[in-house]
Amino acid sequence: MANELTGKHYWRSLDELTGTPEFREWLHREFPEGASELTSPHSRRRLLKLMAASFGLAGLISCRRPEERILPLAERPEDYIPGNPLYYATAMTVGGLATGLIVEAHDGHPTKIEGNPKHPASLGAASALAQASILNLYDPDRSQRVLENGRPSSWERFSQAVPNLFPAPGEGVWVLSEPASSPSLGAVRRHFLDRFPRAQWVDYDPLSRSAELQGARIAFGRRLQPQYDFSKAEVIFALDCDFLGVDVPSLRAVKQFAKGRHVENEHDSMNRLYVAESAFSITGAMADHRFRIKPSGAAALALALAGKGNGAPYWLDILRRDLEAHRGRSLVVAGPRQPAAVHALVWLINAELGNLGETVWFTEPPLPPSPQSVGDLAAALEAGEVKTLLILGGNPAFDAPADAELAARLEKAGTVIHLGAEVNETARAAHWHLPEAHYLEAWGDARALDGTASVQQPLIRPLYEGKTAAETLALVSGYPQQRGYDIVRTYWMERFSGDKERAWRRALHDGVIEGTAFAPVEVALRRDAVDAEAAKLAASLEGQSGLEVAFYPSASVWDGRFANNGWLQEMPDPMTKLVWDNAALLSPATARELGVETGDVLRLEREGRSIEVPVYVMPGQADGAIALEVGYGRRNVGRVGNGVGHDVYPLRTAATMGYAAGVSASPAGRRYKLVTTQEHHVMEGRPLVLEATIEHYRTEPDFVDQAVHVPEPESLYEHPDLTGEYQWGMAIDLNACTGCNACLVACQVENNIAIVGKKEVARGREMHWIRLDRYFTGDIADPRAVFQPVACQQCEHAPCENVCPVAATSHSPEGLNDMVYNRCVGTRYCSNNCPYKVRRFNFLDWHGDVPGVKKLVFNPDVTVRMRGVMEKCTYCVQRIQEKKIQAKTEGRRQIEDGEIVTACQQTCPADAIVFGNIADPNSRVSQVKKRNRDYVMLAELNVKPRTSYLAKLRNPNPELALAETNGGGHASMHGPAPPGASPFRILNSAEGV
Amino acid sequence: MPAPFSKSADRRLRIVALAVGTGGLAALALATYLGSPEVRETGYAPRQPVEYSHKLHAGDLGIDCRYCHYTVEKSAFAALPPTEVCMNCHVRVKKDSPLLEPVRESHASGRPIPWVRVHRLPDYVYFNHRAHVTAGVSCVSCHGRVDQMIVVRQVKPLSMTWCLDCHRNPAPNLRPVEEVTNLGWQPDRDPAEIGREILEANQIQPPTNCSGCHR
Repeated sequence: MANELTGKHYWRSLDELTGTPEFREWLHREFPEGASELTSPHSRRRLLKLMAASFGLAGLISCRRPEERILPLAERPEDYIPGNPLYYATAMTVGGLATGLIVEAHDGHPTKIEGNPKHPASLGAASALAQASILNLYDPDRSQRVLENGRPSSWERFSQAVPNLFPAPGEGVWVLSEPASSPSLGAVRRHFLDRFPRAQWVDYDPLSRSAELQGARIAFGRRLQPQYDFSKAEVIFALDCDFLGVDVPSLRAVKQFAKGRHVENEHDSMNRLYVAESAFSITGAMADHRFRIKPSGAAALALALAGKGNGAPYWLDILRRDLEAHRGRSLVVAGPRQPAAVHALVWLINAELGNLGETVWFTEPPLPPSPQSVGDLAAALEAGEVKTLLILGGNPAFDAPADAELAARLEKAGTVIHLGAEVNETARAAHWHLPEAHYLEAWGDARALDGTASVQQPLIRPLYEGKTAAETLALVSGYPQQRGYDIVRTYWMERFSGDKERAWRRALHDGVIEGTAFAPVEVALRRDAVDAEAAKLAASLEGQSGLEVAFYPSASVWDGRFANNGWLQEMPDPMTKLVWDNAALLSPATARELGVETGDVLRLEREGRSIEVPVYVMPGQADGAIALEVGYGRRNVGRVGNGVGHDVYPLRTAATMGYAAGVSASPAGRRYKLVTTQEHHVMEGRPLVLEATIEHYRTEPDFVDQAVHVPEPESLYEHPDLTGEYQWGMAIDLNACTGCNACLVACQVENNIAIVGKKEVARGREMHWIRLDRYFTGDIADPRAVFQPVACQQCEHAPCENVCPVAATSHSPEGLNDMVYNRCVGTRYCSNNCPYKVRRFNFLDWHGDVPGVKKLVFNPDVTVRMRGVMEKCTYCVQRIQEKKIQAKTEGRRQIEDGEIVTACQQTCPADAIVFGNIADPNSRVSQVKKRNRDYVMLAELNVKPRTSYLAKLRNPNPELALAETNGGGHASMHGPAPPGASPFRILNSAEGV
Repeated sequence: MPAPFSKSADRRLRIVALAVGTGGLAALALATYLGSPEVRETGYAPRQPVEYSHKLHAGDLGIDCRYCHYTVEKSAFAALPPTEVCMNCHVRVKKDSPLLEPVRESHASGRPIPWVRVHRLPDYVYFNHRAHVTAGVSCVSCHGRVDQMIVVRQVKPLSMTWCLDCHRNPAPNLRPVEEVTNLGWQPDRDPAEIGREILEANQIQPPTNCSGCHR
């Protein structure tokens, strides 16, 4: 423990660690296999023919100039200046809860989504899902019109059919809706239930987080919503809870958590995170101590921590002492996969730690409870009692619990009406399909987790015939207002006081309605009820054994709703780096036991239900537990998502929504090709990530310099002429980065980066300008993980510039490594010479066949690149230039610090990225770069990158670290050393270049 | 056996080779010349859907450029006027002229008038009107004496070298900002000297690096 750095080595995959021949072969190819071949759809021969023909025609065509039209609006809307973007506040709803957004619109169409700093669920950040959701608006496969028995119909015909479908008291009428916090939709819903008092209502969300609310009902006697403040928590214990990833509305959590990770100097303190979990999550990667447990093990831990169980692992007492030492400044959280009883125990533990009202408190829940369950609906369908079933959004035929057998039972309903954004699996089973409007084209409202309401303001008129759930329900129930705008505005105007018009305008402008957050509720712990539940929980754990599977939301497609979104499908999973797929994640030991390896298809069976999923051997996965991501394997979603991945919902029943025990697994005898990006652009084990414990940092504050210090040699290259007034630079804090991918998607949207597809990613042709390198370190079975976002480092002595034969990449006076797409001839020398492997080449014309409507998503400020062109990060030079021009024309000579934000920096929920003018010693980036944790990658090359990193720190509990080295049950086996030198090599000055 | 080639064969071959070589070079020179932006781009004067005369409006009547191209100081793009701007005057002036039929039609229907673009830059070039006009570069530097054109035509090549000529030596094209839209501006002293003064006073440093225009 004396020196955490020495001898530590980092590896990205099992193949790399063991040095398989395939991996070495991949690594030593200058470009991936097949990279220089022109493949589909045309052969090389055909290309030459076409080229000859086009050269012949080119001579003729060039004589005539293409005629281009300019169409000015006949009437100019207020505030609209052609060419200048406009920004509006709106809100996106997933699982019924809102995230406030600021959306940029160019010439009347939205192009970029960013977070709304005033919104409590965003605080300025936007998740990868929220940012990519703009592509769903322009998805040509979206549902565009009303369908009656699969044939084109219209809203008029549907309204004519309504009186027959919804007879007066609502006998036999069922509504299956996505949960909604929307106050105005709630008003329409009440009107509907008044009008049809016998109608039945079910709210269903496949990724519901209601267990924590039910836990509160046990502990406090009321269904209450927990609210967390991670910034106040100095010691956090996450029990099967990926609160930085998918398990709570995470942007706010990450912002708060990161506050405890922004370490300025060696005297600063840092929060401590313990994680006990089954699948390796990004929260687990951030952890100072991570313990692998089976999903069912969380219950045993909760019982033991609450002093109600025995057989606790060696570390639990140490953890308890640490929590108790931080009374009122600690926090224990459990994930949504855990049953209500575990949550009740967690509230008990927090109460005993004095955390209630400090790091966690309770409010009224923003989501109303569901009157009926999907099981009730299934029973009614089976009994033939359902005359009309109105499905408001969602895709229950695909994602409902398997034992409800909804897809088959829908046939037993009189009439099924489905409102949905796609003609999906449920729409195929429905008699009427109604197109649902995208949130960027419709009026609505919704609450955030803390109750704050926002108006969802459209950025564009509906592209097709879509309506919202509120509008559909208003149509069916004859609500006084029929248009979304009227429904929302009337609702709020009745509630505003004082100058109502002003309040409405303020709500639209700010994106939040002031004073709508819920007040904390006084709670009194009911120990007896918790004890009773704890006893039942303890009894249920008896005799549980065998393989367990746990179901996780997909970081890419969520519950399946983003399956047709190419950006998200191609976004590598934060931990596995899998693209365009899900897999059964197995620990190396479990895989060995089952006799399978990565790529083998595994057959999982439980209670007569079975699925087949390919295996991915994942270091850090708990033994005896299989992690499955839901949402893949969609059959009817669109050209992008059909048949991508494997559907795991058929194994998930109402009783096992979180996890299931007693699963049998056997190899299916097939293989399946999984594609990951984790081995692409490897930098062959040079010291890229630096990491130390905070204790080590305190004793040796200059540990970074010791690790990467090199004498400054003369460069062979001519120093660029850095005469610019501004000198741009960036610093990335590895201690704050959670690896969440928000920056990757922000960059993709901002810079018109192409989607290439699974086959091309397999060839290493993915185009992302930022890659999030994920390194493992330590034991194969139980490693730790570190993330490092890598984009162009903007070297001052850029090796790429010297090898370009056409000067397509050259230096700007402000220190940017400019890339001129129109000049590039595609030699790829620059990429070859780049030590950081951050250049991306357009091997094919990815944008050539983009459907017309999808072109609306392009950022008009950035060139859309064609085939044969190299591209890379430019620090969002379009944003820099825009602000420079603005500053100049406004008579201001100096751009203020923080005025220019790059897309990645803007959206980073952890505020890990700082960008600015390094020529100004007072700028934030200069201040950050002065910290002693600051280092540049591959300093010994003397390329002088403008992007630097702040070394990662861990804050292990010294007591526990000692117990671990004494072998206290914790595996300390190390994987075989890779052939040749250790991939992590500490350079000292003698060893320098 | 007679010789396969006559005595003059060599000479004739040389003449042919010379002719082909010269002809080829001449053709190449001609193609280069014809293909240059100076020849290919300048002089383009497409027929517009409305026979609008800049000479009449901007020249004879003296309407400021910014009355119609109202975003030129605020946006990268110098907007074409919305139809309602035309109708500000033409509800009274020449309100029955047959030439104005497309304008009235557009005003009534709300559909835009499909003007034909005259000055066109490639998609990878990000020219910004705002940056230039507010720095003191007159409209006339790029668009010529539009106030004297009945039909607008392109008079400058708008090629990269042409852009860079000015970016490297901007003084000759700088004038006081208030004179930017005065296309016939005649200063009372040496305009180059005025340009140099403005250059120094406002620290104008036009970018000559790639990302200044290409993003």
